[in-house]
Amino acid sequence: MLTLKQTRQLRTVLLGTLGWLVALVVFFPIFWMILTSFKTEIEAFSSPPQLFFTPTLDNYIEINGRSSYLTYAWNSVVVSFGSTFIGMLLAVPAAYSMAFFETKRTKSTLLWMLSTKMLPPVGVLVPIYLLFKDFGLLDTRTGLVIIYTLINLPIMVWMIYTYFKEIPKDILEAARLDGATPMQEIVRVLLPISKGGLASTVLLALILSWNEAFWSLNLTASSAAPLTALVASYSSPEGLFWAKLSAVSTLACAPILIFGWLSQKQLVRGLSFGAVK
Amino acid sequence: MSDLKITNLKKSFDDVDIIKGIDLEINDHEFVVFVGPSGCGKSTLLRLIAGLEEVSSGTIALDGVDITDTAPAKRDLAMVFQTYALYPHMTVRKNMSFALDLAGIDKAEVEAKVSDAAKILELDHLLERKPKALSGGQRQRVAIGRAIVRHPKIFLFDEPLSNLDAALRVQMRLELARLHQDLNATMIYVTHDQVEAMTLADKVVVLNGGHIEQVGSPLELYHHPINKFVAGFIGTPKMGFLDGVVVSTTEAGVKIKISNGAHFIVPIDGRSLQEGDAVTLGVRPEHITVTEPENSAFQGRLTVSEHLGADTFCYVETDNGEPITVRAPGDFQGRYGKTVGLTFALQHSHLFDAQGKALPRLELA
Repeated sequence: MLTLKQTRQLRTVLLGTLGWLVALVVFFPIFWMILTSFKTEIEAFSSPPQLFFTPTLDNYIEINGRSSYLTYAWNSVVVSFGSTFIGMLLAVPAAYSMAFFETKRTKSTLLWMLSTKMLPPVGVLVPIYLLFKDFGLLDTRTGLVIIYTLINLPIMVWMIYTYFKEIPKDILEAARLDGATPMQEIVRVLLPISKGGLASTVLLALILSWNEAFWSLNLTASSAAPLTALVASYSSPEGLFWAKLSAVSTLACAPILIFGWLSQKQLVRGLSFGAVK
Repeated sequence: MSDLKITNLKKSFDDVDIIKGIDLEINDHEFVVFVGPSGCGKSTLLRLIAGLEEVSSGTIALDGVDITDTAPAKRDLAMVFQTYALYPHMTVRKNMSFALDLAGIDKAEVEAKVSDAAKILELDHLLERKPKALSGGQRQRVAIGRAIVRHPKIFLFDEPLSNLDAALRVQMRLELARLHQDLNATMIYVTHDQVEAMTLADKVVVLNGGHIEQVGSPLELYHHPINKFVAGFIGTPKMGFLDGVVVSTTEAGVKIKISNGAHFIVPIDGRSLQEGDAVTLGVRPEHITVTEPENSAFQGRLTVSEHLGADTFCYVETDNGEPITVRAPGDFQGRYGKTVGLTFALQHSHLFDAQGKALPRLELA
């Protein structure tokens, strides 16, 4: 028989092992992608897969020669930061009014907003495409910022609403009685209190827009194309481009991966909610 | 000057009427307590005064100026919340200076006001702490300090002591009384605890079901409640009530017969009563004495005795199942289930008509 202490230790070890296994399974594709990006096209395609090989930077060099990585990266940065910024400007006041001035219709409004996310994007591709064409937004960064803001807004409002809901109404009322205007109330009291939740909302919105591919592929061609479009251009039905595809994918993922890595503490804390108390 | 005048104030949430027409005047320097059972609308009334809720109809005027539709920020009132509602991201100092900073007051002056208030509330050594590093009592003090620094026209307190433990509550109650004297300010205080109401108030407003039952000084309410509700609500332990019917009315008072058949002559002006009218006799615990059953016309069964040292509260059940509380001496010994006799000091008793309205007492020479 195991003592209580031994049972506890065993459980820690088992759970730890399980955690590591899950992490490895999740990480493996990324690891393999990075590995493949340093292989030649032949090695990349060989069967059985090679774990040991002489690494080469050829793929990266060729990618840079064929297209300007920085242009795409810059588009990605502008589009994801731009849409996140505008999204926050819209989502914070919306969530504020929903959380602190709730009406009978607030809950259904929230649900309705979220339900727009259930619509398959391809279903509205043609109307959106036509609208973009008519307004001259095709292949523009402005166009992408608009569409990303719109697709992420429901999630952002929902998340911020949830964080705001945790803040006692009394604190804002105290500020109101202390002479704060609604703007001062939001900027000097509400935002500082909920900064953890807001930060994770910002991170999530950045990641979602950075990784978005459907709209960027369909609405951009060259001048506004972000990294996702660059990656897609290497996934060709003919020819063997595994290594190059891996290299370009690594380049596309790297910035957001590093960004996510640096802010993982904030992200985890924010996503697990309860960050206020 | 800070006089508050409330005229025919009403408030409904959706279809539910919470405040059903309130008229009230609060004078400068007064400590007014709103008291009543939960759901009576006392907190809503305070929030209407603060401007945190929109008025459905009626007016609120401060110093003769209509503030019914004025934003809370512009009313120059300060409020202390039950939950303290401190700004968690600011230090105690910042919490207290927030309102002054917003008002654009000179930094040195803010500094002076904050340290004054901190001294009064003994918060000097805590000024750089954040609220989460404070105890409940300290947080409450900061909340009060936040109100003091502003020198508002009126202080509003929304059940400020109900989150504190019993000992601290008594201490803070005394401090609030002292603070009221020191600041000489107008204060409105909401509580469901009638002990707080009795001890703090210059004027108690008893609310029930969205309207005012009675307004008066604590002792006025205690000795001359105008109806059965106020009589039962003010005073601990509660006043005992016995149902009865009018037998006759005389110069010396009203002769009533209570449920167990005993007759009493109560020195009450019974001119409005008819023979056979249903009435309720009300007697406070200190006006009842426990005797041997054979010495009294009225008996009951002792259920519980609470020994508090100086006093013993005896809970007696009448034959009719009516609960009566008696304040007996501290050395009183009584066995559970024992039949005891009760004698009433009828000159101090109250008589209520069938509508619960108190009848005037006869002033006997």
